[in-house]
Amino acid sequence: MTDKKIRVLIAKPGLDGHDRGAKVIARALRDAGMEVVYTGIRQTPEMIVEAALQEDVDVVGLSILSGAHMALFPRIMDLMRQHGLDDVLVVAGGIIPDEDVPALQAMGVKGVFGPGTSTDTIVRFIREHLS
Amino acid sequence: MSDELIRRLKEEWEAKTLQSTLRKFPERQTEFRTESGIPIERIYTPADVRTDYVQDLGFPGQYPFTRGVQPTMYRGRFWTMRQYAGFGTAEETNARYRYLLQQGQTGLSVAFDLPTQIGYDSDDPLAAGEVGKVGVAISSLEDMERLFDGIPLDQVSTSMTINAPATVLLAMYIAVAKKQGVDPHVLQGTVQNDILKEYIARGTYIFPPEPSMRLVTDLFRYCHAHLPRWNTISISGYHIREAGSTAVQEVAFTLANAIAYVQAALDAGLAVDDFGPRLSFFFNAHNNLLEEVAKFRAARRLWARIMRERFGAQDPRSWMLRFHTQTAGSMLTAQQPENNVVRVTLQALAAVLGGTQSLHTNSRDEALSLPTEESVQIALRTQQILAYESGVADSIDPLAGSYLIEAWTNEIEKRAQEYIDKIDAMGGALRAIEQGFIQREILESAYRWQMAVDHGDKIIVGVNRFQVEETLTLDLLRVDPRIGEQQAARLKALRERRDTEAVSAALDRLKAGAKGRDNLMPLILDAVEKYATLGEICNVLRSVFGEYQPTTMF
Repeated sequence: MTDKKIRVLIAKPGLDGHDRGAKVIARALRDAGMEVVYTGIRQTPEMIVEAALQEDVDVVGLSILSGAHMALFPRIMDLMRQHGLDDVLVVAGGIIPDEDVPALQAMGVKGVFGPGTSTDTIVRFIREHLS
Repeated sequence: MSDELIRRLKEEWEAKTLQSTLRKFPERQTEFRTESGIPIERIYTPADVRTDYVQDLGFPGQYPFTRGVQPTMYRGRFWTMRQYAGFGTAEETNARYRYLLQQGQTGLSVAFDLPTQIGYDSDDPLAAGEVGKVGVAISSLEDMERLFDGIPLDQVSTSMTINAPATVLLAMYIAVAKKQGVDPHVLQGTVQNDILKEYIARGTYIFPPEPSMRLVTDLFRYCHAHLPRWNTISISGYHIREAGSTAVQEVAFTLANAIAYVQAALDAGLAVDDFGPRLSFFFNAHNNLLEEVAKFRAARRLWARIMRERFGAQDPRSWMLRFHTQTAGSMLTAQQPENNVVRVTLQALAAVLGGTQSLHTNSRDEALSLPTEESVQIALRTQQILAYESGVADSIDPLAGSYLIEAWTNEIEKRAQEYIDKIDAMGGALRAIEQGFIQREILESAYRWQMAVDHGDKIIVGVNRFQVEETLTLDLLRVDPRIGEQQAARLKALRERRDTEAVSAALDRLKAGAKGRDNLMPLILDAVEKYATLGEICNVLRSVFGEYQPTTMF
């Protein structure tokens, strides 16, 4: 299994159009040898989970800067559970206040990466959690 | 002194003086370049400046406006201090506006929430969790009336960051003015109305490019007749830069978009000098102070040349690149956020030395959330200190004649022109966007930047060097999550109260108009005045125009 490439879905939930971070991360993960699918902007929770199923991914990365994470993430996590995607690693990045992090972790978001995080840190995090 | 003599003396200096120092004390880097890739010389001399004073610089208020668009610039009056603001309900934002005006701010700038920007009412299922988050929620004329309650619209200038549904929000503004007894002819302000950069970088598009360009030019035409003091578009490099472009790309892609708008308006039968004077621009002020100053000057000169030489504009006001500036949000750090006050000061200084007409300074806490009132006050005070205390506003274009500034102004103009030529050869900005060219160029730059930061080639204080262990001490602004329900209840009440027949008749007329070629502004204004909602109006237009499907990048 060691030579199997890690498959990642980078998704932009909600109406937020700021996708510089999402695209840069997608590219960095690809350069690190992962297979990456980027959904594009304005994805509903249903669209994201559908894409995660279709693409058979190991990781879902959610990028959000609009402040709507507490409204959208619970729905995404519920849908993932309903579709048997419990073993998929979910990480998030963007403008997410520290005080929201415990609640996000409780619902199964394993890593929350704020502004200034290096792409190496995220690559390492994903590799460690999937090994 | 001839350039040749200077070059010879410079070579002598390098051989005699410089080399021995370099042997003992090598420089910090083997090569210095700006983010735009412009090589940075150790020292600039008159031999590096190929500028004809009369042709290339001239005088402020005169072609090619390199030195500024007004003859007196800030000696006449300071730039407009205009803080972009909006969150939650119309009442909360109205209170923030009154506060800002009372604090000495001189213009309003409306931030709308994402549902409003994408043409969804607050009670639309797609708006869930987004209502009031990044701006104020405006779904109907009623919300707009609350937003400007007690603010006489003949006495303020108002900038609205609204693009795809710009016609609708402008119609609401006009309707509020009429209710206040204000003649629309005196209204002053700006709608962003720049759909092309939404496809490129910002993402709040609704309709496909062709009908979107029609809405843009319908608004141009309507304002020419009814709102002669209104800036009908703010052609924006800001978001292109935020998406990761370089300074050169910011100028190039913004002006390429501007060329597309001018061409679209000409194709729609407008005369260049009927709309040219009302075009305005919006740029970013980034951290490299000197490159930014050169950028603003280069953009001004390049636009003047494009409008006069390419489009044959005769009215000098059509040649002027008037612009708003916002400091770079993407350069704010979540780490040691107080340091952002210093970054914003440098960026704001670049905008002022570059001759901006208005300025928004970001608040120190914006890498973390929307700014608090205290943070906004510091940001506004930063502008006031620059204006009243620093002295930089007392003489016009004070860095002109700096060998470096003039050399870089030339270089940025040249490199931007090369990009514009390339985009022209592709068939213009619309084609270049459809092919993903502009988006790919920006992503390349964004990725290069991130790699430079990740590898420590580019130092960001507090992020990849000089870090400290810290716990956040700033209080952050939280938007009340119940605001979505509150807005939904209000909309329900409005829908019950209003004249339903009048609303559907107005929407039917709009639909017929959208299928034909009439100017849609009067039809939209009519629908707005009957209290048709933003979502209802945009849905009518969606049913006729369809929705934009983005080019996939990956």
